[in-house]
Amino acid sequence: MKLTLRVWRQSGPDDKGRMVEYPVDGISEDASFLEMLDVLNEELIARGEEPVAFDHDCREGICGMCSLVINGTPHGPERNTTTCQLHMRKFKDGEVIDVEPWRAKAFPVVKDLVVDRSAFDRIIKSGGYISAPTGAAPEAHSVPVPKPDADRAFEAAECIGCGACVAACPNGSASLFLGAKVTHLGLLPQGQPERWDRVVSMLETHDSEGFGGCTNTGECTVACPKGIPLDVIGRLNHDYIKATAGGAKK
Amino acid sequence: MAVSGAVLVLFLIGHMVGNLKIFLGADDFNHYAHWLRTMGEPAVPRRTLLTILEVVISVAVVLHIWSAVSLGKRARAARPVKYQARKKSHAQGYAVHTMRYGGVIILLFVIWHLLDLTFLVVNPKGDGFTPYERVVADFDASRWYITVWYVLAVLLVGLHLRHGVWSAFNSLGWRTPRNDRTLRGLAFAVAGVVTLGFVSVPLSVTFGWVS
Repeated sequence: MKLTLRVWRQSGPDDKGRMVEYPVDGISEDASFLEMLDVLNEELIARGEEPVAFDHDCREGICGMCSLVINGTPHGPERNTTTCQLHMRKFKDGEVIDVEPWRAKAFPVVKDLVVDRSAFDRIIKSGGYISAPTGAAPEAHSVPVPKPDADRAFEAAECIGCGACVAACPNGSASLFLGAKVTHLGLLPQGQPERWDRVVSMLETHDSEGFGGCTNTGECTVACPKGIPLDVIGRLNHDYIKATAGGAKK
Repeated sequence: MAVSGAVLVLFLIGHMVGNLKIFLGADDFNHYAHWLRTMGEPAVPRRTLLTILEVVISVAVVLHIWSAVSLGKRARAARPVKYQARKKSHAQGYAVHTMRYGGVIILLFVIWHLLDLTFLVVNPKGDGFTPYERVVADFDASRWYITVWYVLAVLLVGLHLRHGVWSAFNSLGWRTPRNDRTLRGLAFAVAGVVTLGFVSVPLSVTFGWVS
């Protein structure tokens, strides 16, 4: 395959950055998007140029490290798929492909396509945990969980924290991420002790990190490589209102 | 956004029901307009309840706009550097994209509408005529452009409700996986009924079914 890439290049946080065009040739249809970028980088290194910096780790679609807004869509054109699992056969030969980093104030660009997503870590730190006593794990059957709750919690727990929801949201909101965590932990018995404090403090951290407000556009759930459903935001709002106006928060 | 919107949706439904009285004839319509002012009499003085309603609705409008503006400001601040590629939308459909500019057009329409049929500044009949005569003169076939303007504005209101009603339930945390289909159906029904109810009056006058 022969392609024209237009890649965001930015040498550091203080650089203004710009799109730079790179023609690439001889790309296999079976290559993943990241492997295609590897080919480009090898050429750049051979020419003595600076390779394109991008985030990646497992390349199995489970770690949440890869990102990239490809032709205006986070993780590219294929639904429920991370960039590392996106194959070049989804593109046409000769296509011009725009590659950009996540765009959000809370995700500042470190270099080229790499953004700093530690805002998510700080949100998790403010409530995305349970207080489990140490020692031997209790017998699993001693804590019954209704099957529908377990299923919904598991569905929400699929969130890999990649940040595609923020990248896709016209408001730059991380509500889907928040909703996934609040739903995942709040539905299970182990998550009950911190349930009401969790939702309030995670939302406060979310807002202070500079993420936008949710207007229920639904762009996040379509962009999510794990297909986290939009109703987790309904549950987030439900728990937040109950915790604050309903006085559930201690 | 959700709470102020809910107040406005209830007002719209009441307003629409009132408008439809025009199909019962001039007497019914004018009597209804008169009753709005005498509601609650003699327990309370003339126009008391109407004034309270006007204040509640005005406050809801102001809060709704304030919420929209602050959400818009937050959105701009949350993404200081825009995407170079045109960001593709994949969700929900058309109504979502009309919320902001549609809201501004609806506000301009409401100002015109108040100048037209409340303050009678831009109405062809004005003071000294009955409400029924004013409406009939307003949407006369010779003033077809006024009808078009009203119909377009109402269609935008319909789109606004199509997303807004469902969105309000999500914002208030009342949407669950189980009731989602019902809520989407409700939003569609409210948007449809309000749109049809409101466009029926100007169109009926313009086409001469009401005169």
